Amino acid sequence: MLHDHHDHDHLSPSGHPYRADNDVPLTYWQTMEIAVRELLIEKGVSTAAEIAGQIDAMDRRSPADGAQVVARAWTDPAFKDRLLADASEASREMGFDIGTLRLIAVENTVDVHNVIVCTLCSCYPRNLLGMAPDWYKSREYRSRTVKEPRKVLSEFGVVLPDHIQVRVHDSTADMRYIVLPERPAGTDGWDTEALADLVTRDSMIGTSVLSTVT
Amino acid sequence: MTANALTQRVRVKTMMPPGHIRTPAYVRGKVGEIERTLGPFGNPEQLVYGIDAERLPLLRVRFTMAEVWGDAAERPSDTLDAEIYAHWLEEVD
Amino acid sequence: MRMTKTGDVDSFRLPPYGHEMTEFTGKRWHDMGGDDAGPMNGHAPTDDHDNALWEKRVDALLVLCSGKGLFTVDGLRRGIEDLGPEAFETMTYYERWIASVNQNLVEGEIYTLAELGERMDSVAKRGDTYGIATHDG
Repeated sequence: MLHDHHDHDHLSPSGHPYRADNDVPLTYWQTMEIAVRELLIEKGVSTAAEIAGQIDAMDRRSPADGAQVVARAWTDPAFKDRLLADASEASREMGFDIGTLRLIAVENTVDVHNVIVCTLCSCYPRNLLGMAPDWYKSREYRSRTVKEPRKVLSEFGVVLPDHIQVRVHDSTADMRYIVLPERPAGTDGWDTEALADLVTRDSMIGTSVLSTVT
Repeated sequence: MTANALTQRVRVKTMMPPGHIRTPAYVRGKVGEIERTLGPFGNPEQLVYGIDAERLPLLRVRFTMAEVWGDAAERPSDTLDAEIYAHWLEEVD
Repeated sequence: MRMTKTGDVDSFRLPPYGHEMTEFTGKRWHDMGGDDAGPMNGHAPTDDHDNALWEKRVDALLVLCSGKGLFTVDGLRRGIEDLGPEAFETMTYYERWIASVNQNLVEGEIYTLAELGERMDSVAKRGDTYGIATHDG
């Protein structure tokens, strides 16, 4: 696939500005990236088109995909059962290209709040939700979430009532996780498109809860 | 331990070898309950070096915060789940 | 290291060569669950940004190389872990990634360090910015 990536200098599919790159002085590590990429292409390991295609595939993934999965689960009980049984298959069933992602969905209820972390590196369900936010990869989040999740959540503005049990999931190995947030009150009769618009990225990591719609 | 020997309650081994290990230090020696069994998956301690990897059951183990952090637990009844490869687990009576 | 004078009686109680023992427990720096760390306040969601083109390329190279079996994601992680704790503070996320991708490719005999070094030299001579030095395809 041929694609002029100069377009990306100004426009991001996810709507965020790109970091400054092409106009700042060339760094050692940028030089290494160029050299490694060229060597891989010259040795027949990959092609420029394949690399561009992989970037495009990753750029197409975003929290909006996960939001559609969540909205479907809220409105289709049989789908929700399939999602909780095998979230990878359920995501593929909806047509999402999640590659080799092995996904587990964990459900928030009136009694349980789930939150996802990776203490050993920064494993994240990127093939469904796109790239992880910076804070997810931070020392602060990785270190503290397994020990004081309520305090960490309070710093995100989420204060959980005493009766709710917090379940922290450390993504230590082959599985990735998505939180199925609670459907907000006040959304009876909404269609899946309107519901999906309510679902935030952070609600699928467990660092936010969705407010009642008024 | 082998897959068919898995009991409901398991203890994470306390050993601390150096290297690329996916069992977090904070759960070493802690007792939890198997939440579900996954895999088998290749042993990352071998995959890391590109050598033939033994395929191992992967267990999601649920610990209470009280078990993991003792008196320092923020809320003892909250839980922590981690995926632990079978060779890191031993049975608990 | 504690230095002792020749003939100091304490020197007989020290380990060989006068080294003090280290306090390493086997818990490596990247295994940070439960460590003390600062508040999340410095990481507001609004701070998020998309990655630069060169960072997206690093990401793509990892996905493609691991997908082709050149090395594993565990190999990527090991390369980052081996950079040590200082790198976590002094290098950006994708700087650590390309360092590890390269390490794994050299170990996997995909290319040699000399090939890399010569290519990096020629890339650097193309110009002062990434936009000039890169060859888009």
